[in-house]
Amino acid sequence: MLGKLTWDAIPLHDPIPLLTGIVVMLAIAAVLALVTVKGWWPALWGDWITSVDHKRIGVMYVLLALVMLVRGFVDALMMRSQLALAAGHAQGYLPPEHYDQIFSAHGTIMIFFVAMAFMVGLMNFAVPLQIGARDVAFPVLNSVSFWLTAAGVLLVNVSLVVGEFARTGWLAYPPLSELAYSPGVGVDYYLWALQISGVGTLLSGINLTTTILKMRTPGMGYGRMPIFTWTALASNLLIIAAFPILTATLGMLLLDRYLGFHFFTNELGGNAMMYVNLIWAWGHPEVYILILPAFGVFSEVIATFSGKPVFGYRSMAIATMAICVLSFMVWLHHFFTMGAGADVNGFFGIATMIIAVPTGVKIFNWVFTLYGGTLRFETPLLWAIGFIVTFVIGGASGVLLAIPPADFVLHNSLFLVAHFHNVIIGGVVFGAFAGYTYWFPKAFGFRLHEGLGKAVFWCWFIGFWLAFLPLYALGLMGATRRMQHYPAETGWQPLMVVAFVGALVILCGIVLTVVQLVVSVRARERLRDATGDPWDGRTLEWATRSPPPVWNFAELPQVDGLDAFWEAKRCNGGVLVAAQREGGQPIEMPRPSALGFFVAFFAFVGGFALVWHIWWLAFVGLGGVIASGLARAWQTEHEFEVPQSEIAAFEARA
Amino acid sequence: MTAATTTVAEIEIPISERGPSPRKVIVGYGFWLFLLSDIIVFSALFAAYAVLSGRTAGGPSGVQLFHRDNVLVETGCLLLSSFTCAMMSLAIEVRRRGLMVAGAVLTFALGAAFLWLELTEFAGMVARGAGPSRSAFLSAFFALVGMHGLHVSIGLCWLASMVAQVFTLGWRPMVIDRLACFSLFWHALDIVWIGVFTIVYLGAH
Repeated sequence: MLGKLTWDAIPLHDPIPLLTGIVVMLAIAAVLALVTVKGWWPALWGDWITSVDHKRIGVMYVLLALVMLVRGFVDALMMRSQLALAAGHAQGYLPPEHYDQIFSAHGTIMIFFVAMAFMVGLMNFAVPLQIGARDVAFPVLNSVSFWLTAAGVLLVNVSLVVGEFARTGWLAYPPLSELAYSPGVGVDYYLWALQISGVGTLLSGINLTTTILKMRTPGMGYGRMPIFTWTALASNLLIIAAFPILTATLGMLLLDRYLGFHFFTNELGGNAMMYVNLIWAWGHPEVYILILPAFGVFSEVIATFSGKPVFGYRSMAIATMAICVLSFMVWLHHFFTMGAGADVNGFFGIATMIIAVPTGVKIFNWVFTLYGGTLRFETPLLWAIGFIVTFVIGGASGVLLAIPPADFVLHNSLFLVAHFHNVIIGGVVFGAFAGYTYWFPKAFGFRLHEGLGKAVFWCWFIGFWLAFLPLYALGLMGATRRMQHYPAETGWQPLMVVAFVGALVILCGIVLTVVQLVVSVRARERLRDATGDPWDGRTLEWATRSPPPVWNFAELPQVDGLDAFWEAKRCNGGVLVAAQREGGQPIEMPRPSALGFFVAFFAFVGGFALVWHIWWLAFVGLGGVIASGLARAWQTEHEFEVPQSEIAAFEARA
Repeated sequence: MTAATTTVAEIEIPISERGPSPRKVIVGYGFWLFLLSDIIVFSALFAAYAVLSGRTAGGPSGVQLFHRDNVLVETGCLLLSSFTCAMMSLAIEVRRRGLMVAGAVLTFALGAAFLWLELTEFAGMVARGAGPSRSAFLSAFFALVGMHGLHVSIGLCWLASMVAQVFTLGWRPMVIDRLACFSLFWHALDIVWIGVFTIVYLGAH
């Protein structure tokens, strides 16, 4: 009846997950109780859960990412503290099988549910506003995408208290991840969580690509799109091209594990290296799916806070698309030591180094944008400058690793760990925080507390260097990644302690992020932005009220050049010229829909059932997904008309 | 956005600057992107098949297992179904429900015949001890061909529900758009099958 699920799945004997589980459940219960007591359910359901407004979905993505950042960071703290302790006779407090789950969960969560969710959230929020659209191309599908991501998140978190998570690293290489060597449910949780959220990501990629290519306001040709929109386009094209490979690859591993196929097994002709090739054919583009939107955020932030148009707009767009294409030609550098031979390694080494060229073009463009600008050192610009410094060093260590002979020495070491955190934290996380601070007033109508924002930045910046510079050194000294304990005579412990201190400084940054949010909400009247344009912005999103109305633009603006809003402020008192296309037409907006919530609910049920081999429940899940889809297919009222009076009333509200 | 307002001056505006596309174009474009992503799923499976096709692990090889006549009939069914599907699209264009249903029934029957032949082939192979667990080659074969079969099955369910939609909802733009997407989907499955036929069956060694 319940498949493999028994009471043994609950870690009653294991204090760490048990306590965490209890705390999380108490927190959820407290939130639910608060919502009930305050009577917020109708608003929560009507305005958020069933919302198909791209702005609200974007906010929910970012919220999800921030919550998961805390979860993933707790894992990081546990790893750093374990390694600060576990030298020589001291064994630390995490046994190897638990430590393995922690680093696997940390990587999986940080990439898929923090970085990915954060970037998709920012793109969802800002792109339609930047191109002068009223919503994305497929608003209901957008909600489905978000909730599928949330279902994946839920599955990963359930694994904390029911069963276990994968112990295989964040990419679950076979044969270790095959049934023979990982018979537990950990890998299954990993696979189903990523399959479900991966479908969500793919749909979101299709959605945003269509939006950017087909829904730009009149006059906004490709040469007039804001750079963030360009990078979002590149990133979503990569999602469409790369995520199907992930789905297919994980699908093959699922067939191996569930139906006895032999894609990647050691027996009967399976080929584990094929998995490694396939997963990195997705995995390397994934790196650029994450970093390109961050590049876009920095381009917007640097131009805005320098009071200048971005330097070298065309070269910026070309470099973005060049990175987009090149990102598919370098996957093998993740496994130079596989033994593909000198020629193949040489090709991929050089291809990897070539990516540094368009990236370098971007760095110089940002520096030249700053040069001679009237700089305003507000929080987003601090993140951007911190990024330039950090990312250049991370990129340099990446080019070093791209040399195959050097990689043979450095691969699988803490040097590598330091490198990719250098680019992911210095690039993606800094970009996420820059975008969060930059667009927060647009989303909510008030700014975040400036002083606390700067404190968050300095904690992350200093904490990052304290935590990861020692790892470069440790890697050169021979410390390997995924190591749970080391001999005392290596002399690594002092550096490990420094790295732990760095993690604590980052912890302060995360705590201050929460403090900043609470303080800002409480002081929202003082931080209120009545203009809709708190940063003296350049692109169309700043031409709307903060927060923008559901319909974004009462009349679609006519765009005649780059930085349309900046031009309007210079020549026309900040008033955009309306495109003459649709005079007097009522605005039709999509109705809220519960489809996404139900599809994701049943997908979660199905995923959970498959993890535990509860076959009847899996059919319930699948049937529920199909039934939700069919119910939607027979709905005929998808839109509602916004009355002109409501629009006029909103516009008049000064 | 409407055709009536198109003037000479407007034609001189580059396409990329003419503003948002009509709903129909947006839906079609999004579905094309979905199809491309689906074809990438297939290309990953094709790649896996290419790597593993020689890995028979002492078990039967493709030449020993495949009946090309059977596969030729399968191919005929599927290609013909694409033709009837195109006929159905023409019937939809002129809003002839009877003709549309005739096209849909033929398409469904041919698709079902294809599936039946495929499942018979699979069942025969499993009965001979040449199931997907026998070797990496057979794993890749069953995954690739089975994935195509799964798509055909989904297509059949979709087609059935579209006929029901035409009867219950009539020729609404929403229904027409979905029918157009279905026909794109169905033709794309043909293209994938051409790859399967060529690489898996004709290329068997």
